[in-house]
Amino acid sequence: MTNICLYFHVHQPQLLRHYTFFDIDHDHVYEDKERNLKRLNIVSEQCYLPANSVVLDLITRYKGNFRIAFSITGILLDQLEKHRADVLDSFTRLADTGCVEFIGETYYHSFAFLFSAREFREQAMLHKNRIKTLFGQNPRTFRHAGLIYNNDLAKIVEKMGYHIILAHGADKVSGWSSPHYVYQPAGCKKLKLLLRSDRLSGDITLRFSNAQWSEYPLFADTYASWIHAMHGTGDVINLAIDYQIFGEHGRKESGIYEFMRLLPREILKHPDFKFLTPAEIARNLDPVAQLDVRDSVACADGENDISDWLGNSLQRDAVASLYGMEAKLRRRKDEELLRTWRLLQESENFYYMCTKGLANGDEHTFPNPYGSPYDAYINYMNIIDDFSGILDKKRSSTNEGA
Amino acid sequence: MKILMFGWEFPPHISGGLGTACFGLTKALVSLGHEISFVIPKVLSDVGSVPVNLISASGVHVREVSSETVKVFKGLDIRLINSVLTPYASERQYGNLLQKRSLNLSVHENAPGEAYGSTVFDISPHYGSNLIAEVIRYARVAGSIAKSCSFDVIHAHDWMTVLAGLYAKEKSGKPLILHIHSLEFDRSGEHVNQNIYYVERFGMVVADHIVTVSHYTKEVIVHHYGINPDKISVVHNAVTRKEAEPLYHAKKNPDKKIILFLGRITFQKGPEYFVEAAAKVLKKIPEATFVMAGSGDMMPLMIERVAELGIGKNVHFTGFLQGTDIEQIFTMSDLYIMPSVSEPFGISPLEAMIYDVPVIISRQSGVAEILHHALKVDFWDVEEIANKIIALLKYPNLVAELVEKSREELHNVRWETAAEKIVQIYNHLVH
Repeated sequence: MTNICLYFHVHQPQLLRHYTFFDIDHDHVYEDKERNLKRLNIVSEQCYLPANSVVLDLITRYKGNFRIAFSITGILLDQLEKHRADVLDSFTRLADTGCVEFIGETYYHSFAFLFSAREFREQAMLHKNRIKTLFGQNPRTFRHAGLIYNNDLAKIVEKMGYHIILAHGADKVSGWSSPHYVYQPAGCKKLKLLLRSDRLSGDITLRFSNAQWSEYPLFADTYASWIHAMHGTGDVINLAIDYQIFGEHGRKESGIYEFMRLLPREILKHPDFKFLTPAEIARNLDPVAQLDVRDSVACADGENDISDWLGNSLQRDAVASLYGMEAKLRRRKDEELLRTWRLLQESENFYYMCTKGLANGDEHTFPNPYGSPYDAYINYMNIIDDFSGILDKKRSSTNEGA
Repeated sequence: MKILMFGWEFPPHISGGLGTACFGLTKALVSLGHEISFVIPKVLSDVGSVPVNLISASGVHVREVSSETVKVFKGLDIRLINSVLTPYASERQYGNLLQKRSLNLSVHENAPGEAYGSTVFDISPHYGSNLIAEVIRYARVAGSIAKSCSFDVIHAHDWMTVLAGLYAKEKSGKPLILHIHSLEFDRSGEHVNQNIYYVERFGMVVADHIVTVSHYTKEVIVHHYGINPDKISVVHNAVTRKEAEPLYHAKKNPDKKIILFLGRITFQKGPEYFVEAAAKVLKKIPEATFVMAGSGDMMPLMIERVAELGIGKNVHFTGFLQGTDIEQIFTMSDLYIMPSVSEPFGISPLEAMIYDVPVIISRQSGVAEILHHALKVDFWDVEEIANKIIALLKYPNLVAELVEKSREELHNVRWETAAEKIVQIYNHLVH
């Protein structure tokens, strides 16, 4: 039996507003609320609502045989609760089917793990509690932002009570081992490890809408035949898909909705294939071997490490300035300041500062909302400057400028 | 391939980017095995200060011409034509230049009846007659060189040489490429000199092909001059690296950061945005030093504005700089700004980058199309210019990243690449 483990990542980065040096000490509002709300509404209409409806139909139609998982960040859940209760309801309806698992992660989609163990644990707990409250589930599966993974993370995650962790299936991680088995992280006794199938996930996430791709246009029966061809070569195929392939990244006309509607039928045509969620896999399958991963791996363009987020001096300077404030911030015991600091941890803030490949024209697949990595850095550092001023001056963060 | 090229200026006697571009491009073309005869106007007072051998030319049968050939590098002949034409002078300045010259130009003998093209564009005798008449006279003299040498293509740079190119085309029947480095729209904004506009447009219509230094300029030509975009190719400029080490190793003073403006102080270059941004920066960083290197018709106004803002202590005017002075000022600077209102290309940011100076450039520039590791601004957004200046002064990691990545980026900005594209255009026209 080969298990298909399909999980969708659902997240909206919170953009910061254009913040100049002249705003420092005058204006303490950092979020671009207007732009973020506009984006939330677009993605709700084009992706979340229609895609959730398709998923709900499929679950109903296949009576328990179509099962999936979602990893939804805490900051997105906050936004939905505040502005789009209808979208949140549609996720709740999916939770009620019993066929959908909700995955744990850091609340603010952060890299806290690399800089502060305490902050990492707190964010994971915040997220766990939020999922419990909203969907009545206690997350058993953990996924790190950017699918970042190493031995140390696995050990902490095991201690926190998770049963299984998701990682990117780069050659660097698995080496000679196939990503299509369940593994045990080195140094862990209970925790299990699933590796994302890079090619089959990428076929949907990256290549589906690419008219230059030799397999374009891809239909569900062809894709299912690729999956069926893996028969006998593994226990589990992990498909990690960015949920925004529906709508924003893959336009409606691209046929992605039609593809999704037909995919379960095509896959289930073969009697030896079935859908399982990650926690179910943890319950049913035993690891075939241990995997030793010392250096962090991540799901990123090219190098499969954290260099897209933290590879250059701009990124390292920004992240060090941010986490360097932690002790001072904690002494303030101010919930609002803590929340602001956590919003600034959102990993995309650093991704937008990536300068790799700019000159060769192979810029990142989506446009930089700040214009350029340098502008993103300037903006971020001006905000850090203002925020650290607030911490130093021990004055309230209430906005004087707006 | 043999190329007959008409230009305005050539190093070391340059007043702007055109001479620099012609030097880089011709050198690269010659390195690819092509031969160039380069014809330029020569202001009489300059004779004797040209540090290359002057060789008298033969075969130019126009009486008033004293044409000479200068060997700069193998494969390139430079022919000098007596004329007061200089690239960036205004109409008023021409009046002065022409008066200074003791020669009788006999403008009325040549224009308007006999001069080439005068029946095609209507030149007002009351406006611009001096400048246009000199251009026409130059065209006849320079263009007549076409009769004395053999070549496969004619390549004319900017509007002042258009008529010379056309004259040569008429005499030889060879194809004409018009290379646009700058337009009247860039230089004068909305106050265009209609005569110059007509000459530019006329040249674009009759040339066999047009080369522009940016997509930005191509757009202007399509929209303001009504030229078919298929006739226009974009060939971005590049930068020439000096083989010798920079002469000056002036140590930068970390406590006194220097922010540089280098260029003509004219409407086109946006000097007022530099001054206004300086005032904003100085409110936050009082010890910063701003240098305006260059001269131009807006310089008195800028000096007045600096005084009015009370920032004279921190804003210095050097006047026009040349040669090693330019190298020195780049070496001393911590940051270079080009706030141009309309810049077809703009080579000097590339030169600044060679000296590891980070740059802030106007989005309204051609060079912005090829540079990724530079900070870009809208020229009118003074607050954003100030914000970026402060960021570069305050965040050393930003400077380090920009400088490191700029070095990599400069490797791909080569005149050879530009020359190869130009040769493709030649081949297309010749065959």
